[in-house]
Amino acid sequence: MTEKNVVQTIHDTLWDAMKDDDRVLILGEDVGARGGVFRATAGFLDEFGERRVIDTPLAESSIVGVAIGMAMHGLLPVAEIQFADFIHPAFDQLVSEAARIRYRTAGDWHCPLVVRAPYGGGVHGALYHSQSIEAFYGHVPGLKVVVPSTPYDVKGLLLAAINDPDPVMFLEHKKTYRLIKGEVPDEPYQVPIGKAEVKREGEDLSVISYGLMLHHSLEAAGRLQEEEGFSAEVVDVRTIAPLDKETILDSVRKTSKALVLYEDNRTYGAGAEISATIAEELMLDMDAPVMRVGGPDIPAMPFATPMEHFYMPDAEHVYQHMKELAKF
Amino acid sequence: MATRTKEQAASRYQKLGLSEQDLLSMHRTMVTARLCDEAQFRLNRQGKAPFVVPVSGHEGCQIGSAWPYRKSHDVFVPYYRDMGVCLVAGMTPRDVFLGVFGKRDDPSSSGRQMPAHWGSRCLGIVTGSSPIATQIPHAAGIAYAITYRGEDAVVGCWFGDGATSEGDWHEGLNFSGIHRLPVVWYCENNMYAISVPLSKQMAVKDVAERGPAYGFEGIVVDGNDVLGCYEASRAAVERAREGRGPTLIEMKTYRFHPHTSDDDRTYRSREEVEEAKRKDPIVLFGNYLKELGLADDGELERLRSELKEQVDAEVEAAWNASDPSPEEALNHVFSQGESNEQRVGRTTGRAGSGEAPGDASILETTGSEASPAEPPSESPSESPR
Ligand SMILES: Cc1ncc(C[n+]2csc(CCOP(=O)(O)OP(=O)(O)O)c2C)c(N)n1
Ligand SMILES: [Mg+2]
Repeated sequence: MTEKNVVQTIHDTLWDAMKDDDRVLILGEDVGARGGVFRATAGFLDEFGERRVIDTPLAESSIVGVAIGMAMHGLLPVAEIQFADFIHPAFDQLVSEAARIRYRTAGDWHCPLVVRAPYGGGVHGALYHSQSIEAFYGHVPGLKVVVPSTPYDVKGLLLAAINDPDPVMFLEHKKTYRLIKGEVPDEPYQVPIGKAEVKREGEDLSVISYGLMLHHSLEAAGRLQEEEGFSAEVVDVRTIAPLDKETILDSVRKTSKALVLYEDNRTYGAGAEISATIAEELMLDMDAPVMRVGGPDIPAMPFATPMEHFYMPDAEHVYQHMKELAKF
Repeated sequence: MATRTKEQAASRYQKLGLSEQDLLSMHRTMVTARLCDEAQFRLNRQGKAPFVVPVSGHEGCQIGSAWPYRKSHDVFVPYYRDMGVCLVAGMTPRDVFLGVFGKRDDPSSSGRQMPAHWGSRCLGIVTGSSPIATQIPHAAGIAYAITYRGEDAVVGCWFGDGATSEGDWHEGLNFSGIHRLPVVWYCENNMYAISVPLSKQMAVKDVAERGPAYGFEGIVVDGNDVLGCYEASRAAVERAREGRGPTLIEMKTYRFHPHTSDDDRTYRSREEVEEAKRKDPIVLFGNYLKELGLADDGELERLRSELKEQVDAEVEAAWNASDPSPEEALNHVFSQGESNEQRVGRTTGRAGSGEAPGDASILETTGSEASPAEPPSESPSESPR
């Protein structure tokens, strides 16, 4: 066990995967000499050489498209999109190609590709360095979308993603990179894709969340217990698609109250699907309507601190909603 | 031309290292493609084939350019119009019509995709989609993987003139130039993207001019001259196999039918189409065979009826094949419990590339040691049935 932050965990896990299996290679912008703008691949070029650590041209569609070709020919590419906000030119390659290659060939071809992308706000990234993109891809059968929030899950899910024969979008909340630390086993292990996890047990309400919001919910849950005596259960979604409905529904069945919390624009966000699932399955068991908290429906996150704070739900904001629901 | 002796005419194919048998097989494949086209249009008019993509007019450039590849070893990345390329790669008329009818045994997609969205892992035909030019970066990535794994395969990637305007096209060629990848880029320039003429597609005269912009050669060939296409392609494939990087080959041709099962009368005149048909690659090649004394008009006609009978029988067999069941639509979204740890068989699954790709030794052998191209007499010599 070693205590690490999120980005160090990504670095070390990729490093081990590259050491372990020479089918694994990395491609993206500035991943080589610069070691990635977030330093996730620092030192890789010296260790693994430029054939395995490819500084690509500044062209996202082909970063994904070339990686698809590699994946179809026996390699296990891990593509880095420098910021999730810049993945849009690759939407076609992800949605029309990666997601459909297995399906459209009835299993003849497949595409074991990992696309890493730092997403999320709270870092003064404004409109084009803050975005959440999970809903775009969560809507696409054929793509797996994971959103790990703790160093332990980052390692386990990244190894699972590299081991997965199908395309996996690996979304990393960039605010958690250095903020969140945790114990990480030194040996390899996998956290299964498609499994949520109860991160804190409770009786009175369930908070269903992921990414930076997960950490806000955990903080708020502690305070709610201390100040109001309510025990909140916190479910970490971990995989947006395919969604682990069972774990979410089991928790809500137990507490009969659900707060679905996400940072993305509220309308049509991943939380909308989770809320609908709870409503469909458990409507008659609920003690309160499903509460849904997401970002405002404005095109993107503004830069100035007051406006950025207005966009991002923080622990205080989350606490107020949890209290309201607990008292319902 | 009229004064050329038989020997002078023969020296052309002999210089290319082809045999008489090769010429006859190439011709047979071209005629087979044409007959499949005629059959699918008939079926379309009969209401049995809701959507077809014609190949007629492109047989020369497709069969000529695909011919130098090593079947089940090299990698074909075709686009929808490439029935001829796929016949060379090993697909059969039966396969074509299983696709036309959306049957379960359609090798490309088990009835999931529209016809002409080719793919077959065992034949090394990479699956394609409808969005134009998305296959270009795939071809570059496959070529990168080939070099990385120390294989000596070459990737051929085909596309239309319209495709060259897409961002993916530029991105893919650029990547291939940077890494000097073993890939050959083929533009089947038929002067139209559906209705949009070349003059509105690009400001340059030749697509081939763009090759040097990406650091490699661009060549223009007459796409109706099957041997000219073969010659340019063979040289480019050899260069690629020797680790000397990509080539862009532009093959000027014409499509005789509408873009798909639609109408072309709003954007081009009948005169223009008739004029183009005077350069029909099959007629031109037939004339060459006659000049060589390898066939006369009667023999060419007999061959045509013989092949037509075969194609018709394949249409019949494909028509009678099983449909997929409705629920099969739910299969193959994700793998069922496989993982990448099962290393053997994780390759493209074709002959000669079945070794476990996880071996450290892969890293020590790169494409620079690639073996030279097969002698051309070992090019595909069986014509597709
Ligand atoms: C991205 C995209 N845009 C538009 C279309 C519709 N479309 C299909 S074929 C085609 C023309 C392609 O022309 P070209 O590349 O010259 O090939 P050709 O059909 O002439 O062989 C168009 C516009 C498409 N399939 N994909
Ligand atoms: Mg065209």
